[in-house]
Amino acid sequence: MKPKLTRSIVAHTVLIVASILFLLPFLWLVSTSLKPTTQIFTWPPQWIPNPIHWRNYLDAMEYIPFFTYLKNTVVITVLGTLGVVLSCPLVAYSFAKLKWRGRDTLFFITIAVMMIPGQVTMIPLFILFEKMGWVGTNLPLIVPAFFGVPFFIFLLRQFFLGLPNELIDSARMDGAGEFRIYWQIMLPLAKPAVLAVGLFQFMAGWTDFIGPLLYLTEPDSYTMSLGLQQFQSEKGSEWGLMMAVATMMTMPIIVLFFLLQKTFIQGITFTGIKG
Amino acid sequence: MKSEKVITKPVDSRVSIKKTKWRTSHVYGWLFASPWVIGMLLFFAFPLLSSIYFSFTSYSIINPGEFVGLQNYRDLMNDSLFWTAIYNTVYFTVFFVPLSIFCGVSLALFLNMKVKGMAIYRTIFFLPTLVPHVAMAVLWVWLLNPQFGLVNGMLAAVGMDGPAWLGSETWSKPSLILMSLWGIGQAVVIYLAGLHDISQDYYDAAEVDGANSVQKIGHITLPLLTPVIFFNLVMGVIGAFQQFTLPYTMTKGQGTPGNSLVFYVMHIYDNGFKFFKMGYASAMAWILFVVIMALTTLIFVTSKRWVHYQGN
Repeated sequence: MKPKLTRSIVAHTVLIVASILFLLPFLWLVSTSLKPTTQIFTWPPQWIPNPIHWRNYLDAMEYIPFFTYLKNTVVITVLGTLGVVLSCPLVAYSFAKLKWRGRDTLFFITIAVMMIPGQVTMIPLFILFEKMGWVGTNLPLIVPAFFGVPFFIFLLRQFFLGLPNELIDSARMDGAGEFRIYWQIMLPLAKPAVLAVGLFQFMAGWTDFIGPLLYLTEPDSYTMSLGLQQFQSEKGSEWGLMMAVATMMTMPIIVLFFLLQKTFIQGITFTGIKG
Repeated sequence: MKSEKVITKPVDSRVSIKKTKWRTSHVYGWLFASPWVIGMLLFFAFPLLSSIYFSFTSYSIINPGEFVGLQNYRDLMNDSLFWTAIYNTVYFTVFFVPLSIFCGVSLALFLNMKVKGMAIYRTIFFLPTLVPHVAMAVLWVWLLNPQFGLVNGMLAAVGMDGPAWLGSETWSKPSLILMSLWGIGQAVVIYLAGLHDISQDYYDAAEVDGANSVQKIGHITLPLLTPVIFFNLVMGVIGAFQQFTLPYTMTKGQGTPGNSLVFYVMHIYDNGFKFFKMGYASAMAWILFVVIMALTTLIFVTSKRWVHYQGN
């Protein structure tokens, strides 16, 4: 029993120390967001602001057109996530469970595409969207999602491979159409993986910086990532306000993560990295 | 005779069912994959090929551009900032990727132990990855502020003089590595999934042989975790080479102090979208592509020596 107790003590000690290191910056973010400028620069640091300065949140919302940016971010993120959730499982299912000529070649190309750095395609894509008249709108940030993302297709394919074929076979015997089999049987079974992919895309869209930086030219169409930058001016930074917006940007993802935590972890675990 | 017929008949009919199924599968396979086929051609194949062509032209958004042969590539060789960007990017990759693998695996090993409150610990380590990169940049600029930052404050409390961090050319890249390590939660989750996949049988067998914990980790856990380490290594290298948002936001696009935080992709962005030298930027992007491909291939080739799959 004794070595077990020692091990448990060691584990807890390491985990607690590491947890504190990981948690401190985050707590500091929230704490600074609740301090007036005068308290921000005090030493030793005041972890719990006194009094709590909620005004930063209101001031921050006035400093930038917060609700416009929020709305733009929500539109881009939600539509992008919808696109990914509609397209990727469908494509992944055809790679995993249907037999068709050219499938393996196409899947190999998909893996190769994963390795193309975004910067290689960035410039021609910008020119393409420019010619289409899409620069300055949020279409370049939404539409591609409806055509599939290679990494997500790969992840979902691995998940579908793990589902039994018998279900598909017996549904075919019963005369169900291919699309119905996918939509009513296989897709519901893949829910954890689809949720994980949806959450990944939501996070990516919510926090995307370079995409909006390239394509959104009108201040009216800016997202929160771009808005956050506006607190850093040449004259200096509005630390309290900036931290307030950073906190507001982080909270929805944390809430979402907590709500979906179980399914999310399950989705990643099952998807695995098996070859 | 009779029994033979009974056997052959169902076999025959099964074959014919398979044949029709096979035919419809061809149609449905392509139909289901069609969004991605279009997407791949439109958003990957077409830009990739255009990018090669552009890299040989003097294309700018304003000018149609003309064919200049290898001029862009020659100019790059004489662009001192290009070499600085390569140095900074390689520096970051060389230190960050191995460190993140070491810390990630160690953390995952601890998070895989059977102790109370594990769900809370796991959430804490995942929390930083939920902080948007722009917010993360802003937060760490503040934490690493030489005068008012928490980090130097804590160092001062134990009697140490902290460096200027992001204000110093020597310390700016280590600072970036430090803050990037804060966000390794996603990799940790993947390592955890890998640990989860290792069959208990191996440990039971080792137990019978009288192996201690260290031996179990060295001879079972780490070798069987190599496929996941391999995956994170490839992803880590690809990601490290594409470093952009953190240094760009922290330095307001300047890559200061000195040029110590000018990263390769920032240089591509500046040339393409600030100076509108799209051809030049395309050449840079292509070099990046070739380097990443070469590195990935190298990792793949050497992986045969150190990656072990369960059951092999």
